[in-house]
Amino acid sequence: MPEADGTAAQQADCREAVERLYFYLDGELTIERRAVIQRHLDSCSDCIEAYEFEAELRMAISRSCREAVPGELRVRIARAISFEQPQLP
Amino acid sequence: MADQATFSDQAMEFMPSLYSAALRMTRNPADAEDLVQETYLKAYRAFGSFQEGTNLKAWLYKILTNTFINAYRSKKRRPEQTEIEDVEDLYLYRRLGGLEGAAAGRSAEDEVLDLFTESEIKDAIEALPEQFRLAVLLADVEGFSYKEIAAILDVPIGTVMSRLHRGRKALQKSLFEFGRSRGLVGDRDA
Repeated sequence: MPEADGTAAQQADCREAVERLYFYLDGELTIERRAVIQRHLDSCSDCIEAYEFEAELRMAISRSCREAVPGELRVRIARAISFEQPQLP
Repeated sequence: MADQATFSDQAMEFMPSLYSAALRMTRNPADAEDLVQETYLKAYRAFGSFQEGTNLKAWLYKILTNTFINAYRSKKRRPEQTEIEDVEDLYLYRRLGGLEGAAAGRSAEDEVLDLFTESEIKDAIEALPEQFRLAVLLADVEGFSYKEIAAILDVPIGTVMSRLHRGRKALQKSLFEFGRSRGLVGDRDA
């Protein structure tokens, strides 16, 4: 295969990997599509770096949003529920 | 049909996630507490209609989200913003590329975590218009699938994907602006 074609094919693979990045990270790809992306990532350091960055950013987002529940809120909710009339089955 | 007597045993473990989401939704602790309490009361009353064996967390989130939308949206003076500026893919990654040299040997995680404080990340999420914020919270923080998010927000899956796509990019753009305003990242607008 002429080198120019190889480069064009590689670029197309990279474009596809970027387009599908979130579907991949979200676990929303079919097994087949996931395997295609995985094969590309195994051989493309640019794309794997971008994927790792996005995955880490997402973890940072998730971690930043974990909040402790105020103890007083737990008590309030338990009390509110205990005042409710149970519904008859 | 779920037995109301088992409600607390099953539902209370989700309170930290619900409260965290409520804080990002309402953007203030007093409203977040009221929202979570109201969610639990509604869930308790409706628990008989919960299908045992289905996803309780998603069911609770649907109540949380509906309660938020109905109760808190009406408080707002401004109409909900539905358009946000579109930016290119890998917006933040491409702009932080300039740090790679300086940060050689460090992982992407180090870079992301060092660059932005927790409160900047929270502020960036809270700055997103509501519909984008909800989608990003449900996917990136809570890890719900597109199908679950579609059911929680009562919108088609295509709408979920579009809101997520645009919301995530907008989030990256505001993180970049935080970084830039603190002089942590330079201008690399190509």
